[in-house]
Amino acid sequence: MPETDRRPATNLPPLSLHIPEPRYRPGDTPDFGDIVVPAVDATPRPSEATKPDAMRDLCYGLVRVLDFDGQAKGHWDPKLSPERLRTMLRYMMLVRAFDDRMFRAQRQGKTSFYMKCTGEEATSVASTMALDRGDMCFPSYRQQGILIARDYPLIQMMNQIYSNRGDHLLGRQLPIMYSAPEQGFFSVSGNLATQYPQAVGWAMASASKGDSRIATVWCGEGSSAEGDFHSALTFATVYNAPVIFNVVNNQWAISSFSGFAGGERTTFAARAVGYGIAGLRIDGNDPLAVYAATQWAADRARTNNGPTLIEHFTYRSEGHSTSDDPSAYRPADEASAWPFGDPIARLREHLETLGEWDADRHEAQRTELEELVKTTQKQSEKLGILGHGMHQPFETMFQDVFEDMPWHLQEQCTQMLAEQEAKFGPDWKPE
Amino acid sequence: MMSADTQTATKTMNMIEAINSAMDVMLERDSNVVVMGEDVGFFGGVFRATAGLQKKHGKTRVFDTPINECGIIGVAVGMGAYGLRPVPEIQFADYIYPGLDQLVSEAARLRYRSAADFICPMTVRTPFGGGIFGGQTHSQSPESIMTHICGVKTVIPSNPYDAKGLLIASIEDNDPVVFLEPKRIYNGPFSGYYDRPVEPWSKHAASAVPEGHYRIELGKAATVREGEALTVLAYGTMVHVVKTIVEELKVDAEIIDLRTLLPLDIDAIEASVKKTGRCLVVHEATRTSGFGAELAALVQERCFYHLEAPVERVTGFDTPYPHSLEWAYFPGPVRIATALTKILKD
Repeated sequence: MPETDRRPATNLPPLSLHIPEPRYRPGDTPDFGDIVVPAVDATPRPSEATKPDAMRDLCYGLVRVLDFDGQAKGHWDPKLSPERLRTMLRYMMLVRAFDDRMFRAQRQGKTSFYMKCTGEEATSVASTMALDRGDMCFPSYRQQGILIARDYPLIQMMNQIYSNRGDHLLGRQLPIMYSAPEQGFFSVSGNLATQYPQAVGWAMASASKGDSRIATVWCGEGSSAEGDFHSALTFATVYNAPVIFNVVNNQWAISSFSGFAGGERTTFAARAVGYGIAGLRIDGNDPLAVYAATQWAADRARTNNGPTLIEHFTYRSEGHSTSDDPSAYRPADEASAWPFGDPIARLREHLETLGEWDADRHEAQRTELEELVKTTQKQSEKLGILGHGMHQPFETMFQDVFEDMPWHLQEQCTQMLAEQEAKFGPDWKPE
Repeated sequence: MMSADTQTATKTMNMIEAINSAMDVMLERDSNVVVMGEDVGFFGGVFRATAGLQKKHGKTRVFDTPINECGIIGVAVGMGAYGLRPVPEIQFADYIYPGLDQLVSEAARLRYRSAADFICPMTVRTPFGGGIFGGQTHSQSPESIMTHICGVKTVIPSNPYDAKGLLIASIEDNDPVVFLEPKRIYNGPFSGYYDRPVEPWSKHAASAVPEGHYRIELGKAATVREGEALTVLAYGTMVHVVKTIVEELKVDAEIIDLRTLLPLDIDAIEASVKKTGRCLVVHEATRTSGFGAELAALVQERCFYHLEAPVERVTGFDTPYPHSLEWAYFPGPVRIATALTKILKD
C-alpha cells in the first residue's frame, strides 16, 4: 500500500528504517583510531561480591592488563608466574599451529570443513586456564583452545576432523564439533547459542547438589541475538546460577558485523545490566585480561555471588570457516588495522619484557609445535581421512539414537547392511 | 503453465540464479516485497541466492538480520500485518526450529484466528537436504513438520524453471509458504551417484528460464516421465535420483514431481496410480511420520481397489544425518532399485 495514504497530516518527517552498515567494505581503508582504549590502570577491580548495579561502568569500559608496550599493569594484573605465562603462550601457539595445519588439510581435500580461531586464542586458552579443572565448559564452535589448554590429545581432535576410524564420535559430527567429557568439554552443537541455557542448567544442578564446580559458556556476539542467549540470562539471574557467560565479540558473524546483533547501540557486556547480573567488557586480545576477568567471575560464581557476563572484545582475523570468503564483505587488511594487536604477539612481548623469553626460544617453540602438529597429523591420517574409504562400521549409524535400538531401527540397519553388500560385495569391510 | 503476460526472453540459469531472479522480479514489481535474513544483504547469502539484490533494490528492501530465526519469522509476521510481503531466508532448514513457534502458532494461524482480519503473506525460503557433507545440522529435511502445521503451504522445486515460477507464485500467495530449496541440486541435477561428476544445469532443459515474471501455480504436480509400470512420487533432489535409476533399470515408471506438498495435487496422484496400479514414494527425509506416510495413506484411501502391490516407501533412515556415512544414509541407487524390483515383482 502506498505509505503516503497512511501518513497522518503532521509536520513530522516520514519514518525511516535504519539498516546497520559496517564502517568499512572491500576497497576501503580501515581506521579504528576512534575506538576508545582506556588506560591499563584506569579500570577498578571491584570485589567479587560487588552488587551488579554498583559495577555497571565495567560493562562499558575495557578491562586491560597488558599495555601495548608489553607491560602488565593495573588493578586487574593476575600476577602470574613466568612459568604460567610461558604455558599460556605455548597453548596459544599450539592452537595456532593446529589451526593452520587443519585449515590446510581441508584445502587439500582431506576433510569437509574447518574453523580457525586466529586472533581469538586468548578468549578460550586464557579463560580455561583461569578455571578449575573440574569446571564445565559449554563451547560454541571456535573454542578449540579449551581442549588444548586442558591437554586433550591432539590426535583425538584430528581424528574427529577427519571422521576417521579413531574418531570416538564415529564420524557422526561435522569437523570441529568435538565432545570431550573428561576435559569438561560439552558436545558442540551446530546450532547457535543452544549451549547457553544448557550451561545454566549445569550450573543450577551443581548448585543444587552443593558441588563446588561452576559452568562456563561461550558464544559469539552474533549469536547473542538468539533467544537462547536471553533465556539463559533470565534463568541465571533468577537462580543466581554459578555460571560465566563469555560473549566473544569478534566483530563479524560470517558477513554480518556486530551491528546486526545490536553492537551499534551498546556493548555486549551491557546485556548484563538489564538482567541484573555482573558484566565485564575486556580486551579479548589481552590474555592476561581474559585470565583476570575469568578468575574474578569464577571466584564470584564459586562464592554464591552469581553469574557474570564477559564480553571479549576481539577480532576474527580469518574467515568464519573454510566455506567463507571474507574478502567479499570486508577490507582484506581490516585485521591488521585492528588496534588491539595479536594475543600471541602481545604475550610474547610481555614475557620478553620480563626477560623470561626471547626470539630464539620463541622460534624454537614455534618450530617444535609445528613439528608436533605435523607428526600427529601423520599418525591421524594413518587412521583415515574423510572421503577416502569408510572408516566406521556401517551399523554405527543406528547406534546411540537411543540407548536400546527399537525394532524399526534394527530393521533399517539390516536393510542398510544389505545395501552396502549390494554395493561393495559380501567380503567388503570398512577400512 | 505460464501466464500470458510473461513472454520474455529466456536465459540459462542454475537453481540459485533462478531463485535470485524470482526475488529480483518480485522486488521490481511489488514495492511491498522485502527480502531479509542472515547474510542475505551486502554479501548476497551464503549460497549466493540474494547476490546483487541489495545493490539493485536498496538496503531497506534487501537486508541482513540478527542471528535469531524466531525474530526473523516473527518480524515477518508483523511486516505482513502491515501489508508488506516479506521473503525471509532461514540460512539452513536445520536452523528453522528456533522460529517454529512464530511459524506454527502465529504465521500459520493468523488468518484463522482473526477470521482473516490479519493475514500472513510471507514466504520463508530455506535450503534443505543432505549430500553436501553438512552433518546433522546442515542436512535435514523438515518438510513433514511443515505439512503437519495447519496453515502453511509447503513448496519444493526440483529445477531452475520450476524454482522461479513456484517462488513467484509463493511470494504472490496471501498465505504463509515454506519454500524448501534442495541445496544439493542448486548447481546441477544429482544422479544419486556421489562419485560421478556433477552435471551442470546448463545441460538440462529446465535451465532455460524466462527472465521476466511467470508463475507456476501452487498445488500442481508435474509429470516428469510418463509410464505404465508404476507411479513414483518424489520431490526436490530425489526426482533426479529416481529418474536416473528408472532409466538405468529400464523401468516404465511414471515419475510425478509433487512440487507442492501442501496443498497436494491429489488429482495427479490419483489418476496416475489408478493407471499404473503401483506406487513408490521417495523422499530423503526420515521415514517415520515422514511425508511418505501421508502419501501412502492417501493412495490407499483413494486407489485401494486399483493397487496391485502395497505402496512402498524409500526414505532416509530414522537417525540424525551422519557426517561420514552420508552416502550409506542417503536413499540412493541401491535403495531405490531394491524397492522398484520389489514393487514390480508383487
